[in-house]
Amino acid sequence: MNQDQGGPDSSFEDRLKAARSKQGLDAQPKRPSDDRGGLNGSAMGIGLRVGLELVSALVVAVAIGYGLDRIFHTTPILTVVFVPLGGAAGVANLWRILAPKKSD
Amino acid sequence: MAAEGSSSIDALAQFQLHTTLGPLGASVNFTQANLMMVVASLGVLALLYIGMKPRAMVPGRLQAAAEMGYEFVLSMCTEQIGPEGRRYFPLVFTIFFFILFGNLLGVFPYFFTFTSHIMVTLALSVFVFVLVTIVALKEHGLHFFSYFLPEGIPTILAPLMVAIEIISYFSRIISLSVRLFANMMAGHVMLEVFGAFIIMLGGLGLLGFIPAALSLGVNTLLIGFELLVATLQAYVFAVLTCIYLHDAVHLH
Repeated sequence: MNQDQGGPDSSFEDRLKAARSKQGLDAQPKRPSDDRGGLNGSAMGIGLRVGLELVSALVVAVAIGYGLDRIFHTTPILTVVFVPLGGAAGVANLWRILAPKKSD
Repeated sequence: MAAEGSSSIDALAQFQLHTTLGPLGASVNFTQANLMMVVASLGVLALLYIGMKPRAMVPGRLQAAAEMGYEFVLSMCTEQIGPEGRRYFPLVFTIFFFILFGNLLGVFPYFFTFTSHIMVTLALSVFVFVLVTIVALKEHGLHFFSYFLPEGIPTILAPLMVAIEIISYFSRIISLSVRLFANMMAGHVMLEVFGAFIIMLGGLGLLGFIPAALSLGVNTLLIGFELLVATLQAYVFAVLTCIYLHDAVHLH
């Protein structure tokens, strides 16, 4: 929740918050702190995000592999090496998004 | 624009750039995308300047919009980054409102959505990426590179994991830029396609009248949807910037 970070006038902030919530001016505390800012919204949102993360890691890996191949004249080898790495990086991205949050 | 008189739908023609402001603009290649960027920046400045001018205790509508935008971005920074987030507030605020205005202005007729070009979003995300890396290097020095080596990794797997983590780190550029670009472009292509349907089906006479009216209804819904997507994507871009800054400040 949006606790103020120990400012000198925290009592005023508290009273203001209490007054605002009594008047119904503040939106009710709706932000669950476990999801990262509503990014994990709808199922379709998750689906699009998953696909994008997988593909973008692969694109980067292919770009790196192809570029290194061009530099070192080893044409297919480094691309072949980097494509599985890219797939793995995509899965790592997904794990970072979808993993159960640690309590830190 | 497209599809008039012809039977094909050229939904991508709307994204073509052409120079504006007459010969002066043509000489420096000042396109309508650049013009819209200037308009968006001026719009943000105008919202803040005109909105905050009354400095009223009970804000009017414009002042309320400016204040809510400020508080919204500030709480986003402090929630995602932590108490240090206030330092990065100006950056996140600028990025959020620039993209938000760019997206929203694109919904108006005759306006151009500069965020529907991959080059623009790619430039934005490369900027964020480089800046986040610089922040991380400044905060942690060379210790930053331990970010690429998750703790508790067996030594045999370390080279593999470092390569994977580096690729994953670089993939942020792609995912950040493609998300914004694809959402904005897809929305405008849909609008164009259904707009062309209205004209083409309307030309069929009585038979085409009902589908044409349906397409008009769909377009009306799409405009509303486009407003949602415009706001949401600006928010997502800003939140992801915050999350990356969080990773840079805290490492893991």
